[in-house]
Amino acid sequence: MSEFQIKKSPTVYDAIVVGSGAGGGMAAYVLANAGQKVLMLEAGQYFDPKLDAHQLKWPWESPRRGAGTVRPFGDFDASYGGWELDGEPYTKKDKTEFEWFRSRMLGGRTNHWGRISLRMGPHDFKCKDGLTDDWPITYDDLKPFYDKVDRMIGIYGTVEGLENEPDGIFMKPPKPRLNELFIKKGAEKAGVKVITGRGAVLTESIKGNNDRAPCFYCGQCGRSCKVYGDFSASSCLVIPAVKTGNLTVITDAMVREVITDKDGTAKGVSYVNRRDLQEYQVNARLVILGASACESARILLNSKSPQHPAGLANSSGVVGKYLHDSTGASVSGFLPQLMDRKRYNEDGVGSVHIYSPWWLDNKKLNFPRGYHIEYGGGMGMPSYGFGSGVPVMNGMVPDRNGKMKDAGGYGASLKDDYRRFYGTGVGMAGRGTAIARADNYCEIDPDVVDKYGIPVLRFHYKWAQEEINQAKHMQETFLSIMKEMGAVVTSKIQGRETNYGLEAPGKIIHEVGTIRMGDDPKKSALNKYCQAHDCKNLFVVDAAPFVQQGDKNATWTILALSMRTAEYILAQKKKQNI
Amino acid sequence: MNRRDSIKALGLTAISTSVLIDACKPSETKTGTSTPEETTKEAGREHWEIERDKELHSETFFTSHEMATITVLADIIIPKDDVSGSASDAKVPEFIEFIVKDIPEHKIPMRGGLKWLDLQCLNRYQKPFVEASAKEQIAMIDEIAYPQKAKPEMKPGVTFFNRMRNLTASGFYTSKIGVKDIGYAGNAPNQWQGVPDEVLKQYGMQDVKI
Repeated sequence: MSEFQIKKSPTVYDAIVVGSGAGGGMAAYVLANAGQKVLMLEAGQYFDPKLDAHQLKWPWESPRRGAGTVRPFGDFDASYGGWELDGEPYTKKDKTEFEWFRSRMLGGRTNHWGRISLRMGPHDFKCKDGLTDDWPITYDDLKPFYDKVDRMIGIYGTVEGLENEPDGIFMKPPKPRLNELFIKKGAEKAGVKVITGRGAVLTESIKGNNDRAPCFYCGQCGRSCKVYGDFSASSCLVIPAVKTGNLTVITDAMVREVITDKDGTAKGVSYVNRRDLQEYQVNARLVILGASACESARILLNSKSPQHPAGLANSSGVVGKYLHDSTGASVSGFLPQLMDRKRYNEDGVGSVHIYSPWWLDNKKLNFPRGYHIEYGGGMGMPSYGFGSGVPVMNGMVPDRNGKMKDAGGYGASLKDDYRRFYGTGVGMAGRGTAIARADNYCEIDPDVVDKYGIPVLRFHYKWAQEEINQAKHMQETFLSIMKEMGAVVTSKIQGRETNYGLEAPGKIIHEVGTIRMGDDPKKSALNKYCQAHDCKNLFVVDAAPFVQQGDKNATWTILALSMRTAEYILAQKKKQNI
Repeated sequence: MNRRDSIKALGLTAISTSVLIDACKPSETKTGTSTPEETTKEAGREHWEIERDKELHSETFFTSHEMATITVLADIIIPKDDVSGSASDAKVPEFIEFIVKDIPEHKIPMRGGLKWLDLQCLNRYQKPFVEASAKEQIAMIDEIAYPQKAKPEMKPGVTFFNRMRNLTASGFYTSKIGVKDIGYAGNAPNQWQGVPDEVLKQYGMQDVKI
């Protein structure tokens, strides 16, 4: 008998959830807490921030001193994965660009994300300019779920009453750092509003939650938190859901496809185990995809059957289309006023202390929608690359004796300069709305498979002139803020030849839209509850259902949508509709 | 969970917190990178990362002559002063040996740059850089340490010295000696209360509210 066989489990679960990030984690949490028997498949390995975080390590505890050689965001960053995964390629079409960041671990990318937690606003769901398709739901439909997410997970911020930047149920915010006060002053002079940041970090304890402790201000959320003081899907959703006894998690389970019955309904999932390389098939009454926008699209497109010849949930042909990532551009420099500054611990929280919500009216601008600004700088922990700007900056401002000197140098005076410039850095980055377009997409590359034999994704993504215009506006705004705050710009001045510093699509890691929801089954893959039009027991709970992203980071909306979908599933089950 | 519980969750008792904070303080008596043995036991690492580190630690890239040159250069860039020790006190040369294996783009520019420097010194002083007198070494470095005023024919040396200077700063300021020198005061459990009052006053920021 051949050794090659598919191991089929006789158990039929109430639901299989593919992926353990924000979307998959929330769906599994809600269902398991309601008594459903849930099986979760995670392509990566187990990760518990309590045990695995590199929090509070010093730079010398990394032989590469925190360099991003093996982990793109640094050696202590809580991500197993990155822009390239060994043996798991993706390809690009027509010389276009797309960069795809994948975390293969329990909790996915929520272990290292920036914890910036913004609600989308009413005009992000129903647009005022008529340029993009509306969501099949409104802000008011999702508001109760945003509220529940706020209470359950915890978020700091301030109530501002802004029209398209809805307030949440906030804990007290962290106080601003010194450079942030300079930013506030400078930005206001430049006509840019600055408000308190909104982040998924516990600045207070959550009543009744004994698993999570408040933040102790190390500023290292990117490494994930040993006391669960910030939101990761691993610490806040999956691990607690396992404790209910209703959730089983299988790690290293790389899903190939959703298996459907003769009547077209989903009956299970096949996967390859990354450790033993054996093939498995597991069954459930429901399949919920939360593998990430692009990976979920890949699974559906690879799930072809006589009933679903174009891939599962794809009779409309939209799966993979309307892929969009946030736009991004940045400027950095230093504040000469802060040279020789007093030293103290200003680590603060690892999310943003301040930010600028979009503040302008588009009528006078040559691009639609807008962007928000995130700010950085200060006396951070040294790591690889530290001080590399000093031999340039020391030629830009007078020395201790008030004289200009040549940039560069060595010895005692350079050593003095490293001290003088420490903590003077300041930077800002825009995150803006990119328009969802059918011709920005991912599809199955007909010629390429990964090391498990799974056909891979091929991307086709081009920025349009509107997004380039938006990046230009970002650059002009940033330079005017820098000027008003008296900062010296050290980053390259970006012009037309570099699209004004507009990052390649995918680089901001806010990719969404590949399995869009909508009321019309001809134009969308999912209904307004993220249930497939073509397959009633199939749901998608990651960022793939987004019709059109605002300039807001996606995670808080993924959590709210997934919670809403999970509650819908429970209600439909009660009515025996699914 | 309250603050005391959170300290417990970090594996500490209230009493041992101060011990931890002391232990975390940079000290000049202990320096160096983590050994491969420590890395093997490390949680939160993928298997391939641990194997890769082991392999890099088992290789040697620079010759003893190159390492001697790197050591002299690193100490010219960051010498001992009243505040802290030198680059070699902070084991910067050992860091550079590791990082060029970790980031192989450094390998050829470093090796070639060191060779360029030796040839310059052979032509000038009839000896390699390390054997030149301190005065001669500095005269050589002065020609490549200031990118904007360096002569065009010195450009390869300028490019090399930029890299050498940056690797030295990276290695030094990420060591215990360097972190203490630069005065980074964080990486410890605390309650962030905002900018200290005297600092707000120093910069006239008392009235700035977000």
